[in-house]
Amino acid sequence: MTDVLLQLRGLTKAYPGVVANKDVSFDIGRGEVHALLGENGAGKSTLVKTIYGLVKPDSGAMTLEGSSFQPPEPRVARAAGVAMVFQHFSLFDALNVAENIALGMENPPPQREIAAQVRAVSDQYGLPLDPTRIVGELSAGERQRVEIIRCLLQDPKLLIMDEPTSVLTPQEVSILFETLRKLSAEGTAILYISHKLEEIRTLCDNATVLRLGEVVGTCDPRTTSARDMAELMVGTKLHVPKKATRETGEVILSLKGLSAKAPHRFGTALRDITVDVQRGEVLGIGGVAGNGQDELVAALSGEMPTSAAMVTYKNQPIGQMHPNARRKIGLLAAPEERMGHAAAPDMSLTENAIMTATTREALTSRGFLHWAKARRFAEGVIKTFDVRTPGPANAARSLSGGNLQKFVIGREIMQAPDVLVVNQPTWGVDASAAAAIRQALLDLAAKGAAVIVISQDLDELMEISDRFAALNEGRLSKPRPASGLTVEDIGLMLGGAHDMEVAHVDA
Amino acid sequence: MDLSSINPILLLASLMVAATPIILAAIGELVVERAGVLNLGVEGMMITGAVCGFIVAVNTGSPWLGFLGAAVGGAILSLLFGVLTQLLLSNQVATGLALTLFGLGLSALMGQGYIGIKAPEFADWHIPLLGDIPIIGPVIFQHDPMVYVGLIIVTAVWAFLKYSRAGLILRAVGENHEAAHALGYHVIRVRLLAIMFGGACAGLGGAYLSLVRVPQWTEGMTAGAGWIALAIVVFASWRPWRLLLGAYLFGGVTVLQLNLQAAGAAIAVEYLSMAPYLATIVVLVIMRAGRAPGSLGQSFHASR
Repeated sequence: MTDVLLQLRGLTKAYPGVVANKDVSFDIGRGEVHALLGENGAGKSTLVKTIYGLVKPDSGAMTLEGSSFQPPEPRVARAAGVAMVFQHFSLFDALNVAENIALGMENPPPQREIAAQVRAVSDQYGLPLDPTRIVGELSAGERQRVEIIRCLLQDPKLLIMDEPTSVLTPQEVSILFETLRKLSAEGTAILYISHKLEEIRTLCDNATVLRLGEVVGTCDPRTTSARDMAELMVGTKLHVPKKATRETGEVILSLKGLSAKAPHRFGTALRDITVDVQRGEVLGIGGVAGNGQDELVAALSGEMPTSAAMVTYKNQPIGQMHPNARRKIGLLAAPEERMGHAAAPDMSLTENAIMTATTREALTSRGFLHWAKARRFAEGVIKTFDVRTPGPANAARSLSGGNLQKFVIGREIMQAPDVLVVNQPTWGVDASAAAAIRQALLDLAAKGAAVIVISQDLDELMEISDRFAALNEGRLSKPRPASGLTVEDIGLMLGGAHDMEVAHVDA
Repeated sequence: MDLSSINPILLLASLMVAATPIILAAIGELVVERAGVLNLGVEGMMITGAVCGFIVAVNTGSPWLGFLGAAVGGAILSLLFGVLTQLLLSNQVATGLALTLFGLGLSALMGQGYIGIKAPEFADWHIPLLGDIPIIGPVIFQHDPMVYVGLIIVTAVWAFLKYSRAGLILRAVGENHEAAHALGYHVIRVRLLAIMFGGACAGLGGAYLSLVRVPQWTEGMTAGAGWIALAIVVFASWRPWRLLLGAYLFGGVTVLQLNLQAAGAAIAVEYLSMAPYLATIVVLVIMRAGRAPGSLGQSFHASR
């Protein structure tokens, strides 16, 4: 890796009130897979946007293949051979695959030719994709393939990937890694941003760690442990959640043959879900997104009413109860999508706290709000859960993903629920915040509440759950004790078809 | 009632004329909305176009220059909307409504000295050969040129959106402005151009009323045509051919109910006057399939 492709020297970019990048320098070699690590808000996105020409640095210089490189806009960067796959996909739902790809190209050939090229590239790299399909109907993995193929058709020298695996299934991740390795072998450099340290260890040749906009270290991820990298990112010792041995108590929530029709066209029907949840336990529910997770949370939170007897809580049928009635008796839920579902982005944290806590914390009387009390409650959540924000009057939107997630989960935990249902509690959250959230869930269970954690992150589930069950096409497997489960066991529980595909790809 | 007094050929012919101002205004608004902007000021731009076109045509004696003036007037007024909503990030709904009120007032002021004057003659074309075909000739091929200009614009917009690169970029901007920006497209520039095209088309539609259909200038003469154009865009699911269908349907029922009134139909006049609106809404609601552009009505700001 002596052949340097891209050199960054002293890049600095300040926004009002915050320095996003401070004197960042490193090199990326030809064909190198280079990881960029850092917590949320460490300045990774700003840095890659600088390379891609979306952000102009205040000072510093870049050289690409030995000549000065200062892209004023993305098309210049693309012309120079820099391609980028975005964290939030930059795709157009109403357009088809070929049109989406044409939009990412400088001088696109006619549609028919694009379609032929798409087929050729998708064969070459094992990324099956039909160019005539409408992007809105594709799965997350397929959508990412569109982005990747869009980049590959430009023959990039450097491919930037911003959190590419956060929405992918394990199967899709392994397909992606195969593709990236092939590209790297062909001489394409890859700048890879991810929170998932184990992925970086398997994929990357080098890693640069950013903290608060500065380079704080570099390491060889193949020889550095995930824990050491995480501590380099955070700058302090990483706190690993401790599972205390605890007694489980009586059954508090039971689902008996819970079935429900798919609530909308792209939803999943729930089929005959039966499970008992005890006080003091953490039940982990794994599975690939889109297998009924959202619907299960909706059935438990009360957003989607079911037959009364299908959900019983403290021996009382509650399937028909609406969310506030469930909150009143101690069944709380935190849905997955924090912007828009768990929190209203443009409302303040106090107002967001009122929205779910009003029943249990008595934040209203005779229809009037107790603002002071609500503010104290929100402040309590912020303090207890180390939410980094100037105060409860700030809009939810202004918080970084990890901080808002801590607030959303903390808001429910502070209401002292008897049963808490959380969906993807640490999605897109950095290592230290994720550890804090997991610890809080374990502490809640230790106090005698039952916690149901729905997640796609199997490592997370293995870390905190007492029992594990898999959700597959709306069916829930029989829960098994989490300790002693092997990856193969879990694979079998997650169900047939997907595993076969993994085996096929690995072969 | 004497139905034999209604001549079906004349009825169909006047349908095309009645639909033309709505087609012109609606096709412009369709492009604007496909770019992700909701401009509710169509009525204001139409009436401004009507008065601008009338003034230019009367002073130059040329209806063609009148239409050109109408397009320029509508585009300038729409540029005001564009600057307010795209550069100063004002709310599109409120600004659009204000634009309608402003346009109505402005046109009344501009048209002060032009009330009661007749517009210069704008002769019908009698297209050779095609115009001589029985029935079809008088229905389709013996109109004033603007009828065909309208149809050409609809076809051009359809082809532009479907086949051209610029059309693809415009749809992309309307579908997801964040993504379009991330790919390096100039969201605001595209939208300003679309808004001005929409203004120019609305101006042409207005001038068609003041120069061809009426042809005189009276205050508030568009009488809600701009709102119908807006509704047709939505009910046509943002597709040019459906828009044409909706406009012809509306024009057809309008002409029919006028004929029925003249023929002394035994239905209250109020119901007959209502008919075009009802029929258009019912048919287009039944046909409705499709979704709005993803970023419709949202302000875009290239923040970090």
